[in-house]
Amino acid sequence: MRLKGRDIISLEDLSNEEISFIFNTADKFEPIARGKKKSSALAGKVMAALFFEPSTRTRLSFESAMQRLGGNVIGFAEPTTSSIAKGETLADTIKTVEKYSDVIVIRHPKMGAARLAAEVAEIPVINAGDGAGHHPTQTMLDLYTIRKTMGKFKNLNVGLIGDLKYGRTVHSLAYAASRFNNKLFLISPLGLEMPREIVSDLSAQGKEVSETSDLPEVLPQLDVLYVTRIQKERFSDPVEYAKVKNTYKIELKTLKTAKPTLCILHPLPRVDEISSELDSSPYAKYFDQVFYGVVIRAAILSLLLG
Amino acid sequence: MGKVEKELRVSKIKTGTVIDHITSGKALAVLRILNITGQTGAIISVLMNVPSKMHGKKDVIKVENRKLTEEEVNKIALAAPDATINIIKNFKVTEKKSVKLPEFIEGIIKCSNPGCITNTSEPAIPRFRIVSKTPVNLRCVYCERITGEKELLAQF
Repeated sequence: MRLKGRDIISLEDLSNEEISFIFNTADKFEPIARGKKKSSALAGKVMAALFFEPSTRTRLSFESAMQRLGGNVIGFAEPTTSSIAKGETLADTIKTVEKYSDVIVIRHPKMGAARLAAEVAEIPVINAGDGAGHHPTQTMLDLYTIRKTMGKFKNLNVGLIGDLKYGRTVHSLAYAASRFNNKLFLISPLGLEMPREIVSDLSAQGKEVSETSDLPEVLPQLDVLYVTRIQKERFSDPVEYAKVKNTYKIELKTLKTAKPTLCILHPLPRVDEISSELDSSPYAKYFDQVFYGVVIRAAILSLLLG
Repeated sequence: MGKVEKELRVSKIKTGTVIDHITSGKALAVLRILNITGQTGAIISVLMNVPSKMHGKKDVIKVENRKLTEEEVNKIALAAPDATINIIKNFKVTEKKSVKLPEFIEGIIKCSNPGCITNTSEPAIPRFRIVSKTPVNLRCVYCERITGEKELLAQF
């Protein structure tokens, strides 16, 4: 199987076999990502990281992955330092940057921007988040963390909790987890439920999806609990926000009825939806998740650049 | 309706295309889809809300001296899925076909998502994959949001 020269815009562009292939490749990159083994697999190659929106984890993990593989990185972390600030179109920026690099990683506030970049560029383009659209490498690292932690990523009970309405990460993960025959438990406060079209889309595909606003009700069944932040600005009533925030906060006492093998993930940054007392517990896998971001991105870069 | 009255309303055309069974009230949308502006000098007859046995009411457009291409015909389905196309030669119908939505629609309508890259100054022509035909639902190739029939018709 070869992915050389391909674009990674949406997870929908990849088959389950291709995703598994990326994961199997990633396994081999773990010691390199940890800095325990040196690699010059991408020596002489240049990755352009074009971040039209701020990002810490995504940008740094792509850069770390490229450098661990012996490659070089150019780019910008905010558009104010680029010619975009002078009014250049994205299409022209891409046509320019591809002359300097071998692969483009792009984050942009507009949905579909990465797709446009891929159409314009001759070199591979990786979508690192396009507004409320896709962020395929995040979803892949989420799935990969589940696979590493649980030993598999199918036939699991996966709970998604928090703001399921606006969270791009949980929308993509809901589709991706379903693709691999995991059962979904959607746990959210009233008004922040998973968009209806996604739930009906998944149900129409015969996927198992259940919805609740009550975590204790479903917690004992869960193998994975994916926590997302509930943002204050989503609530018009501050009292309602405070109530919801406390109800959905994960603490050690919240997890009394959980399976001992429960794996808790979070795309980070967290505010206070997961208590820091959990960090040293066996449930906490969110910092492993951060590391696997480097592993997955290293695998993708090496496969696209051959 | 008497025969005399019918003929007075619109006469037969010698050569050209008759688009029949257009959803009542959508004739102007069809003209816009076909980019028929009346500026070429060709005779165009537009009938709206005429009685129809099949649908109660319908619109009809007659374009003289122009044969619509397959691509143009199919675009009409966006606004008028039941329309039929009659190609006229020497006052006779020589070809009759119904409209059929193509798999992709490009450049006719805008994406309904204001956050989509096609709604910026970027050189991205809106392109949609047809996900359902009745009602018409289009998925933007760029942002993947669905533009539904209501949003679609509001553009014509």
